Amino acid sequence: MHRVTRFQKRILAASALAVFGVSGLAAAQMLALPAHPVSTLTPRDLLTRQLGDAASNAAQVNRGRYLVAAGDCMSCHLRQGGEPFAGGLGLNTPFGVIYSANITPDPNTGIGSWTSEQFYHAMHDGKSAHGDDLYPAFPYPWFKRVSRGDDDAIFAYLKTVPAVNYTPPKNDLAFPFNFRSLVGAWNLMFLDSHDFQTDTGQSAEWNRGAYLVTGLGHCGGCHTPKNSFGADKSKAELHGGKLENWVAPDLTSNTRIGLGGWTVDDIEEFLASGRNAHAAAGGAMAEVITNSTSLMSDVDRRAIAVYLKSQPASPMISSAAPESGAMHRGEEIYSDVCSSCHLDNGIGQSRLFPPLGKDAMLQQEDPTGLLHLILGGTQVGVSSSRPAPLGMPSFAWKLTDQEIADVSTFIRNSWGNQAAAVSASDVGDLRKKLDLRSLRLTDNSGDH
Amino acid sequence: MATTLQPVDAVLVGFGWTGAIMGQQLCDAGLNVVALERGPWRDTPTDFATGFAQDELRYMWRHHLFQNVSDDTITIRNTVDQEALPMRRLGSFLLGTGVGSGGVHWNGQIWRFLPTDFLTKSHNEKRYGKKAVSDYDMTLQDWGITYDELEPHYDQFDKVCGTSGKAGNIRGKIQPGGNPFEGPRANEFPNPPMAQTYGPTLFGKAAAELGRHPFPHPTGNMSQAYTNPLGVQMGACTYCGFCEKFGCGNYSKASPQTTILPYLLQKSNFTLKTESEVLRVELTPDKTRATGVTYVNSAGEEFFQPAEMVILSAYVLQNVRLLLLSGIGKPYDPKTGEGVVGKHYAYQTMSSVNVFFDDKILNPFIGAGALATVIDDFNGDNFDHGGLGFIGGAYIAGMITGGRPIEMIYTPQGVPNWGMEWKHAAAKNYLRSFSLSVHGSCMSARGNYLDLDPTYRDIHGRPMLRMTFDFTQNDHKMSDYLTDRAAEVAKAMNPREIKLNRRSGSWSVTPYQTTHNTGGAIMGDNPKNSVVNKYLQSWDVPNVFSMGSGAFPQNAGYNPTGTVAALAYHSADAIKSQYLKAPGPLVRA
Amino acid sequence: MVTKVNQQRRKLLIGSVAAGVAGAAAASVHDGELGAPPQTIRGAVPWKEGAADSPPGVSGSGYNYFTAVEAEFIVAAVGRLIPNDAVGPGAVEANVPFFLDRQLAGPFGRGDHYYLGGPWPKGTPEQGYQSRFSPAQLYRAAIAAVDQYVAAHLGAATFAKLAADDQDKTLKGLESGDIKLEGGVDAKSFFTMFLQNTKEGYFSDPIYGGNKDMGPWKMIGFPGAHYNYKEWVSRHGETVPFPPVSFKGRPGWTEG
Repeated sequence: MHRVTRFQKRILAASALAVFGVSGLAAAQMLALPAHPVSTLTPRDLLTRQLGDAASNAAQVNRGRYLVAAGDCMSCHLRQGGEPFAGGLGLNTPFGVIYSANITPDPNTGIGSWTSEQFYHAMHDGKSAHGDDLYPAFPYPWFKRVSRGDDDAIFAYLKTVPAVNYTPPKNDLAFPFNFRSLVGAWNLMFLDSHDFQTDTGQSAEWNRGAYLVTGLGHCGGCHTPKNSFGADKSKAELHGGKLENWVAPDLTSNTRIGLGGWTVDDIEEFLASGRNAHAAAGGAMAEVITNSTSLMSDVDRRAIAVYLKSQPASPMISSAAPESGAMHRGEEIYSDVCSSCHLDNGIGQSRLFPPLGKDAMLQQEDPTGLLHLILGGTQVGVSSSRPAPLGMPSFAWKLTDQEIADVSTFIRNSWGNQAAAVSASDVGDLRKKLDLRSLRLTDNSGDH
Repeated sequence: MATTLQPVDAVLVGFGWTGAIMGQQLCDAGLNVVALERGPWRDTPTDFATGFAQDELRYMWRHHLFQNVSDDTITIRNTVDQEALPMRRLGSFLLGTGVGSGGVHWNGQIWRFLPTDFLTKSHNEKRYGKKAVSDYDMTLQDWGITYDELEPHYDQFDKVCGTSGKAGNIRGKIQPGGNPFEGPRANEFPNPPMAQTYGPTLFGKAAAELGRHPFPHPTGNMSQAYTNPLGVQMGACTYCGFCEKFGCGNYSKASPQTTILPYLLQKSNFTLKTESEVLRVELTPDKTRATGVTYVNSAGEEFFQPAEMVILSAYVLQNVRLLLLSGIGKPYDPKTGEGVVGKHYAYQTMSSVNVFFDDKILNPFIGAGALATVIDDFNGDNFDHGGLGFIGGAYIAGMITGGRPIEMIYTPQGVPNWGMEWKHAAAKNYLRSFSLSVHGSCMSARGNYLDLDPTYRDIHGRPMLRMTFDFTQNDHKMSDYLTDRAAEVAKAMNPREIKLNRRSGSWSVTPYQTTHNTGGAIMGDNPKNSVVNKYLQSWDVPNVFSMGSGAFPQNAGYNPTGTVAALAYHSADAIKSQYLKAPGPLVRA
Repeated sequence: MVTKVNQQRRKLLIGSVAAGVAGAAAASVHDGELGAPPQTIRGAVPWKEGAADSPPGVSGSGYNYFTAVEAEFIVAAVGRLIPNDAVGPGAVEANVPFFLDRQLAGPFGRGDHYYLGGPWPKGTPEQGYQSRFSPAQLYRAAIAAVDQYVAAHLGAATFAKLAADDQDKTLKGLESGDIKLEGGVDAKSFFTMFLQNTKEGYFSDPIYGGNKDMGPWKMIGFPGAHYNYKEWVSRHGETVPFPPVSFKGRPGWTEG
C-alpha cells in the first residue's frame, strides 16, 4: 500500500486530471481506406462475413467475429488510411498519446505468434505476450469480465483476418507515464478483482445485458465519469463521462439527462440503426453504432436495453435561468441557421434530424458535446439497413464563439430543456482544442 | 506511360445519376466495379451545407459546382457552314462535374415521356402524314423501345428518389388531381405532392377555368421525410428556393448522394476514384471489344484500367466525345447522312411568360426546384396538331423555383435593364411577379449534330467536341404556339400585366436555357440508324454501354432525368439477366 | 485550398493564355474547381470533422485591383447603372465598386472559369464571349478605351467627368454596341459583363463585399440566406416576417 500511495502522489503532482480509459476517437470520423489495400475486404465485410462450415473451427470463428463487433475492437484498431485491425490509431489521453496495437495475425508486428493463453492474459489481466503491462487505454478493466471461452473465440477469429505487416508508432507519453511498470500499481488500485458474476435475482436477459455492458461492450469506458487516475469514479456508474472533447451522456434512468424518457424499444432501435425518435448517434457514438452495436443481434441489443433501463437515476442537477438577451439572440440564430433541419420549435424530423425538445444530450451539465457538434459537425453511425451517415455540418466558419454560446444557451433552455448557460469562452476553448480557429476546407474548395 | 491496374468486371466512366444507378445494380449482382469521376468528392454536410448552399453568386454565377471550361470546353456553331468557336463560358447549359454531377444541382423535376414520345416518327406520320415528320429537314426516329417496357424502371427510379406527386393514370384508370395525359403507372407516387405556394396556386385555378388539366409537378424535392428501398433517408424540403444550380443542404432533394451512394459505398466490390478523367476507351485491334479505359488523375498520373465492361455514364457530351475519340461506331456526316455517332443532337425549346400583379404578394423566395402547378394539355401529341404546321409540344408550368435576385427579378415590358427605372421596377415587382415556364420538345434535324473539332484541343491534346445546332422551324412554331397558350393562362390570372419571352432567333450559347442536351449516341432498332440498341449497348463494341440522354433520338417536351434513369435501370436489368450469362450482343443486328 | 497541384494549374492557365496556344499540353487535369487531389473511396462515405466548403468571402478595404483612374470610372458608372434614391440604395451606396475590385482581383478576374485559348476569330453574337481577355483584363482595357472615346468625342477628360445625362448616353451606346472602342475591346461584351457584375455586387451575399447592410435585399423584400419557409408555403399573400440575413448573420444575432 505504501508504494501505491507514493505513486498516487506522483501522478497528482503531474496534474493528471482526466480520463485514461479512452476509446479510439481521435479521428471521430469515417476513415478512408488505403488506395492499394492488402485486402479488398472493408471493415464492414470483415465484421459481417460468415466463415464457411468447411473450416474445422467455423463456429468458434464466427462467434469470435460477432464478439469482436460487440467489443467494438475495430473503432480503435483502425487508423485513418490504415488496414482493419492493424492499429496505429493515436488515442489522446491526458498522459500522452497511446497508439492502438496491430491485432492482425502478422507474426512480426501483430499477434500471429501469440498463443490463446497469452491473448487471454491480455484481455483479462492487461498483460502483453512478453508479460509487460498494457496501458488501460486498452479496456482490459472491462474485458476482465469476458469469459475465457469468448476470449478464445475472439482470438480464433483474429487469426483469420488478413495479416498486415505494420508497426504502430511508439507511444508518446510524458514522464513518468512512459514507465509501463507504473500500470501495475494502477491495476492494484483500480482493477476489479473478480470476473463477471451472474446476479441470480435478475433475469437471464438482464444478466446478458450486464455482461455486455460491463464487459466486452465496455460502455463505462466512455459513459462512466473518471477519477484523476483515469479510473471509473465509484458509485457513478454510467452517469456520463467526457472524452476526446465529447460528452458521453448519462445512461441511467435520469429523466432529463439520461435514458429515463426512452423505452427499451427506443434504446434497441438506437443501437441497431444509430437513430430513433429522440436522437441520432453522432460524435464518438457514431463509430460504436457502425462498427459494433448495429452488427449485434436483436436479442443482445434488447438485453443491453433492459440492463440500462434498470440503472437507478443519477442525481438531478439544477441550473440558473439564463439571461434573456442570450435567449433572444439564440432564438434569432436558431431560426436562420438551425431550423433548416431541426425545423421550427425544434420539432426535428424523426430518425433524421433529432427533435431538440426534452433532449438528454442537450441538457448534459457539460455542454462540450453540443458545442462539438456545432463547431465540428458529425456523421451519424450507419447500419446495413440505414446506410446514410446523415451529417450535421460544421458551423465553425460561420458562427462566432458568442453566437454559438447564445444559440446553445437557447436550445438548452427551450422546448422543455433546462441546462446551464454557455459562455463564449467555453466555445473558444473548444474551438482551440479542435483546431478550428482557421478555415478547414474541402476538396471542392478550389475557389479559395 | 500508363500504369496497368488490376482488372475489374465493369468500369463506370463518370459518377452522376447513371453511374450511381449502374454501380448499385452491378454491385448488387456481385460484380467488381470501379467508377472514375473526373471531378472532386462532394457531399451534403461539407460541400453544400445549409450554412452556405444558398449562395447565388458562387454557384449560379461563378459556376462553383459546374464543369470548369478553362481547360476543356466544346466548340459551337449554328450551321455547318460556320466556323465553330469555343464556348468560352458556360451559359445556355450548365454542365455538371464531380461526384453526383448534375444530379446534385438539378431541380429534381421527374417526368416520364408520353407513350407516343417513343414513337415520334411512326405515330406522327400515321396521324399527320409524311410531311409532318420530314419538313424543315427534320430527321425523326422511333426509339426502338416502348413506354410499357420502361414503366417498371420509371417506377424503380420514383421509389429510389421518393418522387412527390399525384398520379393521373394508374393502370389505365384516370385519377383526379393528376396528369390525365400521362402513360399508365403501376403505382401512385411514393410521396404526396408538395404544398403549392401562391403563384402556382393562382396558375392552377386559372388553367382549370380555361378547361385545362392542372396538376402538381412531380418532383424529387421531398414533400415529407422518406426512406427509400435502399434504406437511404431524405428529409422534408424547407422550400429554401435554392435547388437548380445548387446542392441541397438538408437532404431533401434526390441526388446520387442522398439516394444511392451511402448504400453503394458499404459494398466492398465498389470503388470510386475522384479527379480521374477518362481519356479514351481502349479497344482490341479489330475494334470489336473494349479492353478497358485509359485515364489520368489530377496528380498527372496515367492509368490503364482493364475491364470486362465499359459503362459510359458521363454526361451526353462526354459520352459522345469518348465514342468519337475511341473509334466506336461510325461518325455521322451531315452531308451524306451516313454514319451514326453524333447524329440527332437535340436540345430543349424553352420560353416563358412573366406575370405581374399589383395586389398579390407571391413571396417568390419560397420555392423549390420543381414547385409548380403544370398543364400537359399541349405536350407531345396530347392535342390535335392538324393544320398547326408543327409536331411536338411543351408542358406549361406556373413555377416558383426560388427568388434569387441576381437572376430572377422580372420587370415589365419596356423597362430598361438598368438605371433608376429598372431599380424602381425591381423594387415594385419582386414580391409580386413570377414566371410561367414553357418547356418544349426539340426535334432532330439533319444539320444538328456532334463531331470532333478540327482546331481546338483540350489540355491533353484531344480534339474538343464540336456542336452544330439551331432550332428548326418546327420548334419555333411549336414554341410560339405554346407561348401563346401560356399567355392565355397568364391573362386568366387577372394580373396587372404580362410579358412574353419567346424563343426567337437562332440558338445562342449565352442566356441560360436548360441543361437538357440530347442525342449523338442514339438508340434504335438497328445498327444502320443508331449507336446503341434498346439496352444502350453499342452495336459495334458490345461490351460498351452508353448511358444517358445521348440515347434520345429526339427530345420530348419534358425534363430528361426520369427517362435517363429508366433507360439505365432497363439496361442494368438486361445486363444482369442476359449479358452476364452470355456476354455479347443483346440484340442481333 | 492552395495545393501544389492548384498552384501549378494556375501557372499553367496563365501561361497558356499568354502563349495563346490552343490546347497547351499539361501533365495534370482538373475539373470543377482547381486543385483537388485524386481520392480512392471505398467502404464508407468520407467525411472530415470541421470541414466546410465555406464561401470565399473577401476582406480588407480599399482597392486591390483598380487604379485610381479606374476606380473613378467604376464609381461613376455603377452610380448610373443603379442610382441612389429613397426607394433603395444605389450601387455605390451598396459598396458595389469594392465588390467589383475584389472579384477582379480574384479567381473570377483571372478567368478561372473561362476558356481563353486561341485562335480568336470574331464570332457571331450567338457564339457568345469570344475575347482573349480575362475579365480583369477586359475591364482594364475597356475602361481605358471608354475614357479615350469620351475624350475624343464628348469633350471631357474621362467618363467620370461627364454630366450624368452624358454618362447615361455613353452607357447606352456601349450597351447597344453603337459606340466602337479601340484596343480590341468589344463594347457590348464589356457592357454585358459590367452590368451583370454590378447586379451581382448589389444582390449577392454581403460576404463578397457588396450589398452593404443588405440594403438591396431590404428594398425588394428578399430574406437572404434564411433556409426554412416550411411553415409559410401555404400562407398565401402574407408578408413573411424574416429580416434579411447574410451568411455571417444580421443585427438580431448580436443585439438585445
